[in-house]
Order: sequence, then structure tokens, then C-alpha cells
Amino acid sequence: MDIMSLTAVEIGRKIKAREISVVDATKACIDSIEKYDKEYNCFVSVDKEAALANAELVQKRIDAGELTGPLAGVPIAIKDNMCMEGVLTSCSSKILSNFVPTYSSDAVLKLIEAGAVIVGKTNMDEFAMGSTTETSYYGPTKNPWDINKVPGGSSGGSAAAVAAEEVPCALGSDTGGSIRQPASFCGVTGIKPTYGRVSRYGLIAYGSSLDQIGPIAKDVTDCATLLEIISQYDPKDSTSVNRGDNDFTSALVDDVKGIKIGLPRDYFTEGLDPQIKEAVYKAAEVLKSKGAIVEEFDLGMVEYAIPAYYIIASAEASSNLERFDGVKYGYRTEEYTDLHNMYKKSRSEGFGTEVKRRIMLGSFVLSSGYYDAYYVKALKTKALIKQAYDKAFEKYDIIMGPVAPTTALKLGESLSDPIKMYLGDVYTVPVNLAGLPGISVPCGYDSDGMPIGLQMVGNAFDEKTIIRAAYAYEQTRTYSRPAGVSERGL
Amino acid sequence: MTITDETIDYVGILAKLELSDEEKLQAKKDMSDMLDYVSKLNELDTDNVEAMSHTFPYNNVFREDEVKNGDDRENLLKNAPCQKDGCYKVPKTFD
Amino acid sequence: MGKAYETVIGLEVHVELATKTKIFCGCSTQFGGEPNTHTCPVCTGMPGSLPVLNKAVVEKAISVGLATNCDITRNCKFDRKNYFYPDNPQNYQISQLYYPICRNGKVEIEVDGKKKYVRIHEIHMEEDAGKLVHDPYTDSSLVDFNRSGVPLIEIVSEPDMRSAEEVIAYLEKLRLIIQYLGASDCKLNEGSMRADVNLSVREVGSEEFGTRTETKNLNSFKAIARAIENERERQIDIIESGGKVIQETRRWDDSKEYSYAMRSKEDAQDYRYFPDPDLVPINISDEWLEEIRNRQPEFRDEKRARYKEEYQLPEYDIDIITNTKKMADIFEEMISLGVQPKKASNWLMVETMRLMKEHQMDADEISFSAKNLATLIRMTDEKKINGSVAKEVFEKIFTDDIEPEAYVNEHGLATVNDEGALKQACDEAIANNPKAVDDYKNGKEKALGALVGQVMKAMKGKADPASVNKMLRELL
Repeated sequence: MDIMSLTAVEIGRKIKAREISVVDATKACIDSIEKYDKEYNCFVSVDKEAALANAELVQKRIDAGELTGPLAGVPIAIKDNMCMEGVLTSCSSKILSNFVPTYSSDAVLKLIEAGAVIVGKTNMDEFAMGSTTETSYYGPTKNPWDINKVPGGSSGGSAAAVAAEEVPCALGSDTGGSIRQPASFCGVTGIKPTYGRVSRYGLIAYGSSLDQIGPIAKDVTDCATLLEIISQYDPKDSTSVNRGDNDFTSALVDDVKGIKIGLPRDYFTEGLDPQIKEAVYKAAEVLKSKGAIVEEFDLGMVEYAIPAYYIIASAEASSNLERFDGVKYGYRTEEYTDLHNMYKKSRSEGFGTEVKRRIMLGSFVLSSGYYDAYYVKALKTKALIKQAYDKAFEKYDIIMGPVAPTTALKLGESLSDPIKMYLGDVYTVPVNLAGLPGISVPCGYDSDGMPIGLQMVGNAFDEKTIIRAAYAYEQTRTYSRPAGVSERGL
Repeated sequence: MTITDETIDYVGILAKLELSDEEKLQAKKDMSDMLDYVSKLNELDTDNVEAMSHTFPYNNVFREDEVKNGDDRENLLKNAPCQKDGCYKVPKTFD
Repeated sequence: MGKAYETVIGLEVHVELATKTKIFCGCSTQFGGEPNTHTCPVCTGMPGSLPVLNKAVVEKAISVGLATNCDITRNCKFDRKNYFYPDNPQNYQISQLYYPICRNGKVEIEVDGKKKYVRIHEIHMEEDAGKLVHDPYTDSSLVDFNRSGVPLIEIVSEPDMRSAEEVIAYLEKLRLIIQYLGASDCKLNEGSMRADVNLSVREVGSEEFGTRTETKNLNSFKAIARAIENERERQIDIIESGGKVIQETRRWDDSKEYSYAMRSKEDAQDYRYFPDPDLVPINISDEWLEEIRNRQPEFRDEKRARYKEEYQLPEYDIDIITNTKKMADIFEEMISLGVQPKKASNWLMVETMRLMKEHQMDADEISFSAKNLATLIRMTDEKKINGSVAKEVFEKIFTDDIEPEAYVNEHGLATVNDEGALKQACDEAIANNPKAVDDYKNGKEKALGALVGQVMKAMKGKADPASVNKMLRELL
């Protein structure tokens, strides 16, 4: 049996049934990473010894009946912007390339409590700024469907690792599409939860009002199961919301009868790859045939989301990244003449181009004389975007559309023109601005065989409805693996 | 919007970034392009719209005034690039 | 002939709030301690750490706002103030700019019998910075984050003060209010109260304000007065010599009695404030506000009226006792322990004040307990010790807060009530002082005093003077 071809929940079930041990699962996972990650570069760090030692501990606790959850003993990978005690947490940046936190992020703690075995930290765009995982200090991650293409980003390492079956599931983070878009590019499933659903404690911030941690896995069941575990209330994060309605697995029901789905007409414009348009419409037909009510409507505000997003995210990032100064942790330049020279050299040498670009923009839009014109204007735009969604959700339960206007681009293709790259986030960033939950599920392939993602957006804290619809849709399809993965061992 | 050298230098002071001449040239172009692009927002009439800093109407999240943390100095200083006598060491400051 | 100038002063007063924990984390605010031992990932700005607001900080800030007649901002938020400095671990300080918790207040001050209001522009909450210590061995600076995240309120006045005397009256008034509230101990020398002076000058009669400077690092009332005088003169000199005052921040060096500009080209003074997304807004309901209002303590003016009515104390005594929270607290505790008000007041007014003067102390520095003084007064009332012994014992209470009963027993200071010994001493005094005896018998009342003195001396001061007096009269 090939353990790595299973889903996370299947592995958990087999462990519980004693068909395989936790060590078997962990070993299979690490073997796969050791064999294939040279090609894909999904991981920043893998701690084999710690993972195997932990696997034995977890097995004992399962045997003792202390761990009974669905992911007890299941290997998992964590995006490298989540702190983990004693483990390098670099945000794929030179400036944190020596940072070993002495505390763990809340999401990691909840996984550990549930008995998941963390095998490593995944590659990402530096400080989650990017949509390709090419801005990483540790080099780009490659898309398992075509190694000449990007896996998407910023959680490209997590999505590619799942697609490459180096790990059954992973955590990513999503500030403007960073879970949904790489999931879409890599043919896997990812959820960006409602803002406030998952604690941000220990997540190294990019845009604090937008960041959310979420699951990336092979199917909706794995994602719902993972989300249920990591979304418990955390008093260490003031924006974590205590609702007690995070029993997401209860929504894994193959029934969409009566669910009202809106397709924004303004999503299907010229910038969108016609093949993606077709795939999304086809998915809509499938849902309709299963009893959902599907309608087209005008959402509005679509073209204003990206400018508002880049102002807000860059402004917050410029402030969030001030703490990286060579004083308390991280990289400090070798030679300096005085304090400010030390600050400037450490930061200029420690940050990459895209990060510096956003820090500069963010500092500018907050600076004296420009705050109202840019930052306040963006916050007002955000209010209008939220209103547009609120209005849509008066009529619909789900807003459905593509995840991205294209499938995965070639490596190196996007970096030269930042604005063009930013435009690729058109369908994902408004969801972050409005704080809403979104799921990305595979819905087809383009003529090059690259996966296409379908995005379903739910009302605030209504993850269950999108989980249910995505699950029902998923039942009409079979999970496809990249050729390089399915041909392994043949 | 044209970005001048002075603006780039000024933002460099604010952000504590020192750009090479080449980087400055690129930064000027990038920032100018980006500001032109985001000026699209000026098409929107937002006069009567309230700026939304927090998306959801949650408020009053508090901690009780109870000491929860003990001495964690050793742990916290583990990552310090430079330390002395239980303190973070930095180049001489003004005071 | 020189022109006449008016000084225009506004103050920014930082007060450390007396909470057990920091504003955004569960670290202790206790003063002292080895460097960085009261720190955690939050107050050292570790990546991924997040702030959670201490409720007591909000309540204390509101209570100060209510006591200074402010409007309370029902929906307030925190903002980030961005600037790089090593004592500022995140390189932004969480503060309030756009929606400070209190606005539009005023306090009344009195200088030379003239009363006026100083208006308060706003009070906002923020976090304190860490401490930087110069290390002479390596010529570098060492950062200690123990104070980082200690809650502060900043009380910003309008430019309503015109002299150092008014400034000090305003600061004393604020200090008194805040101490009465128990919101802070307000010690300038320890930095729990810090004042930055915004000062400009203008020709008398001018309506326009001049360009102001901000002077920092003022650690005592004396330093404040000196810095104000110095800055006023400096600005007048600049104007008189045809120059222009530059708006800048200056640092006062009290030992050298001069200030210098704190400018550097790396210091753009552009703080890029924006709402902190890590903290949610604060919504202050009517109920919550009422709850805090009901918990407000009795302030000085209310105490004054009550002391007069309930205890019939003279105005003069009331003024002194209510002038500090400490004195008022000691006084009230003594009353609750059954001491007669006038007696309690006398001990504070006479002996306590005398010793404070002798030790050059402020009332805040008083360390003795009301209980020990109350016991001492009871012992005197019960004639267990006489008045001069009581004063002697009080000096020990004042300095070391000794327990008077134990002390009196240990040192054999109790009044001797042995009738036999007393009679013998009186007899001896009468026998040895025939002149005094004659004088007394001839109607000179005063002569008795000399005899009493002799008896007290023979009794080593441990007799009760009244009993001695009585016995001598009987024997004569």
C-alpha cells in the first residue's frame, strides 16, 4: 500500500485501525520528501529525527487512548511563517534565516494537541509577499504538474508538497489568495477561513487585518477536518472569535438542494482565460444538476479590490516588518558605523526585492500628507467592497467564480512586471478585504493539463455552506495526481 | 505620479532601507507605476463612506490584570544577535 | 528698551498606571528586577506575538478622564506610531491618535490666590518603552525591556499656562487627582510621572502663538521650573537677535542647566499612525461608564467638606491633611481605629510634619503605618506612657515603623504607677527645694512646675506628669 497516496483522514483511520503505525506514516512521508523534494523544493526545513521521535510518542498516546481524533498520528507540514518552538522559522527570508522561536503558533499547538506529526516547514514567498513562491530566499518551489511552472503562492510550498504527495496535508496562510491560488495551481483543495476563525498568534504577520491560516489538502474532507482542529478560540489573539460553531465536518454532506449560488458576471471578463471560464461554468452546471440554484448577478467593485488591497497590505506590512532590525533576533549586518546604519544595512541586506518594494510603498502611503489620499481611501474602498458582498449575501449563500484568471505561469514570467502579477489576485483579494471564507477546489484542466481551481466564497463565519457545496461538487469528480506523481514506482 | 529622488530617500529613512542607485531607480519606477495604478480608486465617490479599519463589529476584547508570565529571559535572548549582561546589545544610542 | 514677553506653555504628561501587569501582556510591571526578567514574546516584539488589552488600563484611564472633567470617547481605538529605536521592540508604539479615550477636560489650579482652568486636550493610552543603558566598556547601549509595555496615559493640556508656577500647580493638581484615584503613584524622580514642556513666547498683547519647542527629560519640579525659565530666555534671545525659533524637540540636562536639540537626519518625525489591526475597538457603554463613576473615590474637595462637618477640624489642618492622598489615608485609617479626629490630626500636623521637615521628605515617602501611630495614641490616652515618651517612641515609628507596645516594654518606657515610689520622689523634691515650696505657698503657681520637673527627673521621665502634679498639690 502506498501510504502517500492516501488522504490525511484515510491515514488517520488506518492508524486508528492499526493497519499502519504512526511511524510508518511519518517514515513514508519523510521518504517521499527525501526522494522528491530535490525536484520541487517544497520544504525549507525537515526535521526527520524529531518527527520520528514524535511519531513514537504519538503512537504511545494513541495506544493509551489519549489521542482519538481523526488526525492523530497523521504527518503534516507547516508553512514557514508559523512559529514552532525549537524549529527554524524563516518566512523564507534571509533576515530570519537563523531565527528559532522559543514559542509556537496557536495553530501549531492545536495540531500537536490533536496528535498530528509535524514533519517540516514549507517554502513560501518571502514574508508571504508574492503569488509564485519565487521570492523565497531558499529558491523557488516547482509545480509538480510541470516543473517549469510556478506552484502559485505564497503558500506554494504547502500546496506543491500536497500535490507531490510529500505530505498528506499542510497549513498555509492567506492574505490575498495565498492558500486558494496555489491550491488551484497545484490541483489540490484549500480553505481560507473567515478572518478571526483561526488564531493568528505565532503567525508572522504580513497584513494583520487580512492574514488567516488555513488548510491545504487533497480533498474537502481533509480540509474541513483540519480546519475544525485549528479553529478553536484563542485568547492570545484579540481578533480570534469565540463562536463554538467550528464543527465543520458536520457539513460534509452530499446535498446542495436549494443552496443559492451567485456567479458574478463581472468576474467573467476579458482578463480571464476562456478555458477557466468554461470550467467554472461547467462546475456551475454540475451543482445546478444536483439541485443548487445558480444565477448570474453583478457583484460590483471588482476592479477596485486590487488597488485597495495593495495599499492596505503594504501599509500594514511596512509596520509589521519594522521589528526586523537586527536587535532582538534574525540577521544583523556584519559591519556598521552606528545604530541607524546598522538598521539600514541589516534590513537592506536581509529583505528581498519584493518585500522592500512593498515596505517602501507601505511607508509612503502612510507618510505625512498621503495618509488620507491613499490609506484612508483604501479603507473606504474596503467598506464599499464589504457592502457589495453584504448585498450579494442577502440573495445568495455562495458566490462562485474562478480562483485566478490563469493557470500556473512559467517560472520567472511574473516577477518582471509587479502590477501584472498583482492583477492575478483579482478574484482572491476582495475576499480577504471583506474577511470572508473561501474555498478552492479543482474543477478541470487547461489544454496544457494544468489544474484549474473553482472558488466558492461564503458569508462571514459560514464556512459550512461552502464546505458542503464543495464536498457535493467533489463527489462528482475523482482526485487526479500530477503525472510525475502517479507514475512513481511504475 | 512622479516620484523624486528626495521622496525615495525620505521613504528610505522612514523604512530604514538603504537602496543602491540601481535599486533607487527601480524603486522610483515601481512606486510611481503603483501609485498611478492605485489612483483608480479616485473614480470612487467615498465622501460619505466611513473608513473601515476593522472588518467585523467585534470589540472589547480584554485580559484580566493578572500576572501570567515569569522570567523568560534566557529563552528570549537566545535569538539575540548580540547580547551582554542579560541585555540586547546595540550600537551606542543618543541618550 | 526691551519688549515684554509672555510665555505660553502646554504640557504632555505621561503617567504610568498602577496595574499589576503590562498593557498588552501578562508580564509584571514591578519596578526593578534584573534586566529583561519581566518580559515575554509580546513585550519584546517577537515575530508572531500579538497584544491583548489589559482591562484595568482602560478603567484607570477612564477614571482619570472622569476626574479631570473629560468627555469619554465611547468608541475608541489604538493606533500604531511607527519609529525605529532600540527601546521600542516592535519599532512601533501602540498608542492612540485618532480616537483617544478622553477629550476636552479641564482642571482648576490656584496660584497666588488666583484661580484658573487648564484645559485638557486629550488623554490617551499607550505602552511605555524599554530602557537603554550606556555600556562604557564597549561604548555601546544595552536594552532592557522590563519597562516595555508598562501602561501609560498621556495627558495633553491645551497651551493654557503662562508661568512655571502655573505649570507646577497644574502638575500638583494632576498628581493629587491621580493619587487619590490610586491610578498611579506619580513619582517624578522614578519616572512614573513625566512631563514634556511645550513652550513658546510672544509679545504681550499678541494673539498669535509663537513657534513652540518641546523640552523632555524633566525629572523634578525644580528641573521643570529651571527648564521653563531657560527655554523662555533662549527663545527671547533668538527673537531679539532677529532669529526665528525652530520647532524642535530639546533635551534638558539639569546638571548643566541647559537644553540641546535632539535632532538627527535619521529622525523624520513622521510617525505614520494607522489603526492597529491587532487590537479590536473599545466600546464604552453607559453601564460600564456608570460602574466606573460609582467606583470613583472621594476627592479632595469632598474630603474637605466632610472633615469639616464630621470631624470639626480647622481649615488649616484639613488643607494639610488632604493635600496628599497618603496623609488623608493615614488620617482616615486612624479614625477607623478609634482615634479621636482632633488627636489624629494633631499628631499628623505637629510631630509628623516636624519629622518630615527634619528628614526632608514628601508625604508620599511616609512609611509608617496608621495602626502603630493609633496604638501609640491609645497608650498615651490610657496613660501607659507620658507625652514626652510618646514623642520619643513616635520618632522610632516614623523612621522604622516599630510596634509601640513592644518597643515601650523592651525599653522600659512605661509610666511608673507605683504610688510608693512616686510619693517618695515627691517627698524628696519638697524636702530638697524649700524655696520652690515657699514660692508655691505664696501663690506662685509656676513654682510647682520646678517641683514637677524634679520629680520627673528622679523618676527618669517615666511618671505621668498629671499624677505628679496632683500628688505634689496634695502633699503641699
